[in-house]
Amino acid sequence: MSMGKKPLTRELKVSAIRNGTVIDHIQNEATFKVAEILKLGEEDNMVLVGMNLPSKKVGKKGLIKIEGRELTPQEVNKIALIAPQATLNIIQDYRVIEKRHVELPARVEGIVRCFNPTCVTNCQPVSTSFEVVAADPVRLRCVYCERIMSGPDIILK
Amino acid sequence: MWGYKGSVTSIRDFDREGILLVLSGAARMEAEDHYGLLSGKVLGTMFLEPSTRTRLSFAAAMMKLGGQVLDFGVSEQSSFKKGESLSDAIRIVAGYCDVIVLRHPWEGAARLAAEIAGRPVINAGDGANQHPTQTFLDLYTIQKVRGKIDGLTVGFVGDLKYGRTVHSLATALTRFDCRQVFVSPPTLAIPRDLLQELNRTGVEYEQSQDLRKLLPSLDILYCTRIQQERFADIVEYERVKGAYRLNRALLAEAGVKEALRIMHPLPRVDELSPDLDETPYAVYFEQARNGVPVRQALLAMVLGKG
Repeated sequence: MSMGKKPLTRELKVSAIRNGTVIDHIQNEATFKVAEILKLGEEDNMVLVGMNLPSKKVGKKGLIKIEGRELTPQEVNKIALIAPQATLNIIQDYRVIEKRHVELPARVEGIVRCFNPTCVTNCQPVSTSFEVVAADPVRLRCVYCERIMSGPDIILK
Repeated sequence: MWGYKGSVTSIRDFDREGILLVLSGAARMEAEDHYGLLSGKVLGTMFLEPSTRTRLSFAAAMMKLGGQVLDFGVSEQSSFKKGESLSDAIRIVAGYCDVIVLRHPWEGAARLAAEIAGRPVINAGDGANQHPTQTFLDLYTIQKVRGKIDGLTVGFVGDLKYGRTVHSLATALTRFDCRQVFVSPPTLAIPRDLLQELNRTGVEYEQSQDLRKLLPSLDILYCTRIQQERFADIVEYERVKGAYRLNRALLAEAGVKEALRIMHPLPRVDELSPDLDETPYAVYFEQARNGVPVRQALLAMVLGKG
């Protein structure tokens, strides 16, 4: 043990991004699912994924930073389905120029599979469509078979 | 737009005014002869699942209005056997007729058909999902036998979990000021999603396993068949079936209202004793007959003649 030296303070430094998107307040366990939705494995630009980060609101949270990328409305809708409390920060020149919550539209089109095996959308090549009955926790009603799905029943296409 | 894009695929597409419009149309059809109203029109019937009453009553309704009926045939003998998709079959039949009536085992099939047919589609049952014309005839029967729908206590007994007629009627009654009572064994209780819908719409309801206790409060009792295949244990099935069997003696012991009316979508097995058939309580045969004026009204309305 070396006496007289200051104790080392070690801190994780996470780079800021110059231009792009920061997705914050992701429900911790949904972090990798969000990364999957955004196909971050195929991303060429800098990507930072954090999990188990301290959060005053939810205890632990996930965070994703993507350089040079703006999310499409479809991607935002998908995130809203699995991480309804997430926030989006649009970064330009290292500064947050826009901050907003993800928001589900009244209808979710084409991005979720119906969990009912006898639903016509699972028997014919038909694009799915769901009415959002509740946003958090998410509850969706299939406009075809009218079944309501929530939690693990909601499977993204 | 009335219904779903001018089609009748789900009772959910109808608000109170829409429902009352259909019921008044049915009353006009029953009161007067409207032969010739749909003359020159062709109804295409596609029943890809067995049906007797519904298929016949649609055909009868069209014939009473002077229209023609073209039947697609059963799936074993039709183009489905050759692997044709439902979408293609709908498009083909739509080219031959003015309105399509579809029964199909896939849930949501009628909705899909309504989107692609280019002409009105009436759902005659899509799997376990919807059978809206049955619900309209149930509502028409209630209005006819009780003179109103608002202010009534409507009881449901039997298989409330899987019975689509129960789900549709309970949903439709949320558009009216009715109290709803659900009597079933716990294993066949009304689904949670439906109860949440009743909560959301502020409907007063009660759940129980005790039919005798609730009978005196009812204005309408809607019975459904408890099917043996829902039970793993035959002894349990026999016990449950016995507990919800209605007969004249039970009604007398329980002390029901004189104006109580008993409905059933039929066919019945033994949940309704034949000794009720001749009593003023029994309206299930009248209910089945009401299918014709209700379907006449719906056919006329979707074809713009209502």
